[in-house]
Amino acid sequence: MSYQSPVLLAEEARTLRAQLAQRSDELKRKDRVALPMQEMPAQPPEVRRGNTSEVALGYCEDQARVEAERCLACKKKPCVDGCPVGIDIPAFITAISQGEYQLAVGIIKQTSLLPAICGRVCPQETQCQATCTVGTILKDPEQSVAIGRLERFVADWERENGEVALPAVKPDTGRKVAVIGSGPAGLVVAADVRREGHAVTVFEAFHKFGGVMLYGIPEFRLPKAIVAREIDTLRQMGVQLVPNFVVGRTRTLHQLLNEDGYDAIFVGTGAGLPKFMHIEGEDLIGVFSANEYLTRANLMRAYEKGKAATPIVSSRRVAVLGGGNVAMDAARTALRLGAEEVHLVYRRTEKEMPARVEEVAHAREEGVNFHLLQNVTRILGDETGRTTSVECLRYELGEPDASGRRRPVPIEGSEFNMPVDTVIVAIGNTSNPLIKQTTPELETTRWGTLVADENGLTTMPRVFAGGDIVLGAATVILAMGQGRKAAAAINQLLAQ
Amino acid sequence: MNRVLAREQLSNDVFLMRVEAPLIAQARQPGQFILLSIDQDYGERIPLTIADADTEEGSITLIFQRVGATTRQLAQLAPGDSIAALVGPLGLPTHIENFGHVVCVGGGIGVAPLHPIIQGLKAAGNRLTIIVGARNRDLIILEDRMRALADNLIICTDDGSAGRKALVTEPLRELCESPDRPDLAVAIGPPIMMKFCSETTRPFAVKTLVSLNTIMVDGTGMCGGCRVTVGGQTKFVCVDGPEFDGHLVDFDGMMKRLQAYRPQEKDALDRWHQDHTCRLTSQENT
Repeated sequence: MSYQSPVLLAEEARTLRAQLAQRSDELKRKDRVALPMQEMPAQPPEVRRGNTSEVALGYCEDQARVEAERCLACKKKPCVDGCPVGIDIPAFITAISQGEYQLAVGIIKQTSLLPAICGRVCPQETQCQATCTVGTILKDPEQSVAIGRLERFVADWERENGEVALPAVKPDTGRKVAVIGSGPAGLVVAADVRREGHAVTVFEAFHKFGGVMLYGIPEFRLPKAIVAREIDTLRQMGVQLVPNFVVGRTRTLHQLLNEDGYDAIFVGTGAGLPKFMHIEGEDLIGVFSANEYLTRANLMRAYEKGKAATPIVSSRRVAVLGGGNVAMDAARTALRLGAEEVHLVYRRTEKEMPARVEEVAHAREEGVNFHLLQNVTRILGDETGRTTSVECLRYELGEPDASGRRRPVPIEGSEFNMPVDTVIVAIGNTSNPLIKQTTPELETTRWGTLVADENGLTTMPRVFAGGDIVLGAATVILAMGQGRKAAAAINQLLAQ
Repeated sequence: MNRVLAREQLSNDVFLMRVEAPLIAQARQPGQFILLSIDQDYGERIPLTIADADTEEGSITLIFQRVGATTRQLAQLAPGDSIAALVGPLGLPTHIENFGHVVCVGGGIGVAPLHPIIQGLKAAGNRLTIIVGARNRDLIILEDRMRALADNLIICTDDGSAGRKALVTEPLRELCESPDRPDLAVAIGPPIMMKFCSETTRPFAVKTLVSLNTIMVDGTGMCGGCRVTVGGQTKFVCVDGPEFDGHLVDFDGMMKRLQAYRPQEKDALDRWHQDHTCRLTSQENT
């Protein structure tokens, strides 16, 4: 995938759509498969690495109409099975191909509440697009119908053109539900429970709502205005939103249930403490968890130098350790904060990288240097405790392990030194310890995540949980999927 | 929300503020802290220990030193003004029981976080020796409160302008050497003071608690910026602390990390001074 200008992409799509419109006969299967997959228009790499505006610009209407024609509306619907919330994907794409955008959004919203967000951050290539029939026919899953881009197109269309319909709220039931955390899981629970007429209060530890969508995922990938819009929708539905409130500390779960009159609680407190490599030099100045680096930049807006009171380091040469979306976000944020060189160090090959294909491609285009089959073994600093370099070790692929993946094996004596002043560790999180600390009866796994059944019910009556606090570090859509299930269980409990 | 109810200047750079925060006042326990920010969009989150609370008034007391840009702006708030964001109580509470004889050492503004711990220890029936240290007489805070709570109060100043001319470690060592050796020491103050207090008690095997104030962003166990090495393990001050066994804390590593943002902090302070001077000048001109 190499960079193509949005103007060119739009022109090609316009021509193609005009050709399609002239045909009198119905498109055949092979005609659809032959249509070129519509690339996502994006800001030019050399421009966007110097700003924080959104990178992916979204399909123009012509592109969306052409892309929608690629869908075969096949009977098997493998895409629906691949979607964690089971959106009726062929139905919404068919609606797009007929120009019925409002209808298309309506179909998505039957099962997914936040299409403008999911269309941007879902790892579609491992979910709905992984098994798409078109991709299978073309023997290339990257050529599958671009479901995520179409989802984003109609969600954006609704926000920009139509009235965003407020979900209907049933008459008040007199029951009260507390939602802890305003990330993806919490927002879904708040909406679904409120729709049944229950009073809902969302408690957020930060001064702003949105959880990881605010502090973690950068503006250039998910504009904060979109998140704010979803929060507004909840507010209009009558959901109470309370910031600066740490459940477990400001009030405990017991107090909420026994003194404050809440009938049920959903815990969606998200991922917690960052994992470190436990190597020499990790406490040096200039070594950050990706959580800290991104929180400073995003939530605390440290990229607006001179305005924001929260400082961030001025880096020249940065090493990012890890291969997930968070690693890509950190690497690309570092570029935008003015780093001259950003080196991403990952122990396996690109194939194993957990990051979305699009983020990896975008990072490459922007000039992030990828060091694959390498790993940092120690971090070196000067006498003032500031980072000066990292020592790396090279790996090669050995025999396949139990999972069938070839295991990376260190190459003896291959150590080399890479001068850097900043190291960002992006190798995942453990779970947040706060609620557990003050609620002993909540059982946890040995990873510290909360034990919950398939409906999200924890080991404490009337207390449900979902998202990263249960899953460990996962994705926005999986958190939403769990929120959905937990909300259904809460609604069922309160109906009794 | 978060209205400033009273403001008092305790010394040249130290301020006491009573802030409306009924839920925090109710929930707080000795040793816990809050995070505050004075601008919803661009403010930084700074941790401050809760020095006292009044559940009837629904207020907490904060005592802070004017050092950086944010604390300077905070010091300018007057009764009636609101603090943009205030969250807490955070951190694990102090473990309080009747230990017997406890020595509490407060250096400079460290007396403020020490205050609720001393109250708790006193209520649990401990006999308290309190050592208060400051550079000079003007920098001693809460002296009357300390006098009221202490069974034995020792004041030290660097210049001898009040009490003994000594560092706090001197009376601490004497106490450890005496037949009345304390069963527990609690030392709160600048990192270097806590380090040397811990070194002083170590040969006598007097368990020593210290309260760390590292750089924090979220303060709720997410960012990992506050990490410190304790007994060879990575600990997070916001959720594993703020109190740790002083004999296990890697103070040198912690003190280095506290320097991380020195250049940026200086810039922020310069900007603040510049704005401030400009405003003063323009006022003079009108």
